[in-house]
Amino acid sequence: MRFREGDRVRVRTDDRAGHIRTPAYIRGKSGWVAIAHGEFRNPESLAYGGEGLPKQPLYLVGFRQTDLWPRYSGPPTDTLYVDVYEHWLSPEGGSA
Amino acid sequence: MTRVHDRGGWPGAGAIDRQEHQLADWELLADALVQSLASPHRRVIRIDELRRAIESLPAAEYESLSYYERWIAAVERLMIEKKIVTREEIDAKAATLGEECRA
Repeated sequence: MRFREGDRVRVRTDDRAGHIRTPAYIRGKSGWVAIAHGEFRNPESLAYGGEGLPKQPLYLVGFRQTDLWPRYSGPPTDTLYVDVYEHWLSPEGGSA
Repeated sequence: MTRVHDRGGWPGAGAIDRQEHQLADWELLADALVQSLASPHRRVIRIDELRRAIESLPAAEYESLSYYERWIAAVERLMIEKKIVTREEIDAKAATLGEECRA
């Protein structure tokens, strides 16, 4: 697995065709790895009858709500956690 | 491009209806059908395929269907795609069932 818990990451902005599990509202946003879940079959292949291999590392990534929604009015520490596969993440400097 | 199922943060989408509601018999059957087709023993479809088929519904159709209606529409598409049944066979069976119900 490329990332460790606490690493800063940025979600890729790719808009590829097909079945993807990375919601639009986190693309291009930065967050941190909260949990490294391990490796799982890739849903982008499973969705088309494939076997989902090789398995892809999956992470629980935390995002500040204020980073996701420009008009967010809740506390600045409010956090949204999303499961994101490694091929959707780029490294970003610093640590959480 | 945001697709119809990827709705997080859609402006003006309104609040989520969190009310519990009673499932109709056909909705329980729809669930059972999908669990059966996707069971590890049969693996006729995978849940990821069901999701992909739901996301592939035309936007207007997606919006007009309820949750389990989307499941059924997606199962139909997958069964046809996998050449297990044809559209004609499904339509013919639906017509027969409709007549039986009206009789």
